[in-house]
Amino acid sequence: MTTTATGTPGRAGTDPLVRIEGVHKFFGEHHVLRGIDMTVQPGEVSVIIGPSGSGKSTLLRCINLLETISAGRIQVREDLIGYKEVNGRLHDLSTKAIANQRREIGMVFQRFNLFPHKTALANIMEAPTQVKRKSKTAARTAALELLDRVGLAERANHYPSQLSGGQQQRVAIARALAMEPELMLFDEPTSALDPELVGDVLNVMKDLAKSGMTMIVVTHEIGFAREVGDTLTFMDGGVVVETGNPRQIIANPQHARTKEFLSRVL
Amino acid sequence: MTDTKTRIPGRTPHGDAHPHGVVLNDAVPVRHPGRWVGAAIIVLVLAITAQSLITNPRFHWDLVGTYLLDTLVVQGIGWTLILTVSSMVIAIALAIMLAFMRQSENPLFRYVSWVWVWFFRGTPVYTQLVFWGLVATLYPKIIIGVPFGPEWFSMDTQTVVNATVAAILGLGLNESAYLAEIFRAGLKSVDNGQMEAAEALGMRRSKIMWRIILPQAMRVIVPPTGNETIGMLKTTSLVLAVPFTYDLTFVTNTIANRIYQPIPLLIVAAFWYLLVTSVLMVGQFYIERHFGKGVDNLTKAPVKPAAVAAAVAHAHNPAAPADPEPAAPTSEGGTTP
Repeated sequence: MTTTATGTPGRAGTDPLVRIEGVHKFFGEHHVLRGIDMTVQPGEVSVIIGPSGSGKSTLLRCINLLETISAGRIQVREDLIGYKEVNGRLHDLSTKAIANQRREIGMVFQRFNLFPHKTALANIMEAPTQVKRKSKTAARTAALELLDRVGLAERANHYPSQLSGGQQQRVAIARALAMEPELMLFDEPTSALDPELVGDVLNVMKDLAKSGMTMIVVTHEIGFAREVGDTLTFMDGGVVVETGNPRQIIANPQHARTKEFLSRVL
Repeated sequence: MTDTKTRIPGRTPHGDAHPHGVVLNDAVPVRHPGRWVGAAIIVLVLAITAQSLITNPRFHWDLVGTYLLDTLVVQGIGWTLILTVSSMVIAIALAIMLAFMRQSENPLFRYVSWVWVWFFRGTPVYTQLVFWGLVATLYPKIIIGVPFGPEWFSMDTQTVVNATVAAILGLGLNESAYLAEIFRAGLKSVDNGQMEAAEALGMRRSKIMWRIILPQAMRVIVPPTGNETIGMLKTTSLVLAVPFTYDLTFVTNTIANRIYQPIPLLIVAAFWYLLVTSVLMVGQFYIERHFGKGVDNLTKAPVKPAAVAAAVAHAHNPAAPADPEPAAPTSEGGTTP
């Protein structure tokens, strides 16, 4: 079922950055993920679409350990996410080790989740100063550069409540980038935005993709998938139904369920 | 003056031209005759009260004046303040710890926190104060050593847990249980997304609690904690149970019994409690404003335009050799393929 990215020439031979193998997730009796296999190459933009309840957000949250998987394994580079393997047995990681794994993975949420009591600048500086122990001066310079990169340099001293949704989301992207992650996860980053604000956020994400960032994007923006995505994965009912080149899938879906979903969102 | 403006039918245009040339609506406000009647009744009641306060000789305002700044009374205020502040400091420190423990992933912490609150909230503060006063009777010596083994160090309990310490411990530990619940409610009021966002940044749980969750929870925590502090000011009058005999209530009572004039001394005590409460309320206002930053209090953080301008200039013209094309910004951390 799984095909790796083919739209990124020159990267085919390299090891994948993310390797998801046979992942299952139960919430009590509810079987949300039913055996997911997926790989993401370095520099690849992997877009996941699917109806609500298909498990796409849950999968994303498992990669960052906001949920623990019930079966299977997720590997980011050499790190086995959430576990260490000793003599063929999995051992849960300590909270410290989990925090260390998360530093390499940035995450952007549907509802932004900026820290409301901190300014845009302080939001971005928080993790570099508190987690990476960067000096305040270095963190501030880097944060202002990131704010400029997302087009919000003059909003540095605004609190989140003084920013529009699109601006908040761009600050949230800058905040995640401040940790210099290897991988960025986007969990429906534009779903909570007014339509006219979606474009600004998508443009920031496009620039990020061009800069070579590895990204996994759960979204309903089919246009973004077609334009920026290297791989498109369609999930439904906790399984990967179809995966491959986004332009091919969108133009010519192979599965009836993909066809039906695309006809409803396009 | 009105020739350039449109008249809205049925409305009287406002006499003055609005700066934007808009004719503002000039509606007749709803009349509230009931409010005038109410105000008149209140004024009447106040007048009657004032008259009785002034003319009733049994208030003994002369004695109120004599004892308002009496040395014993002023010292009593001092002791009441010491008891209030120390016991609240202990209570708040314990409450933060108890609330964090209650939210912890460690079941031992959760259990200990629960039992603490159960016990200290479940027994009367008066009983606890009497108990702390009797600790020296129960355990005359404090001994540090190995149980059933050698004794390294010992001292008289009386010298450690004197009346003041007993009063502060009694009030503080009891209050910690109530405050722990207030802090727990505050922590729970913070959106779960805040914890997730901080976790996703690789922050450790203790750091998340201190730097992300607690500061936001303080918005919810401060008003009831101010309430508890004001309550504590008055609860200190129970320390006669220890017995501790220097606080404001005990002192004014003693003077009243000595001169057979309870009413003026009650007024003295009430005056001081009211004054201290008012000062505390002012403090609470500023604390609430501090923790309302970004939510209730939307003044912007102090802007340092020079710093922003410098950094923006730096970002536009980075010292590092980078692709100057704006469409391809330098990767901050992306793996370069």
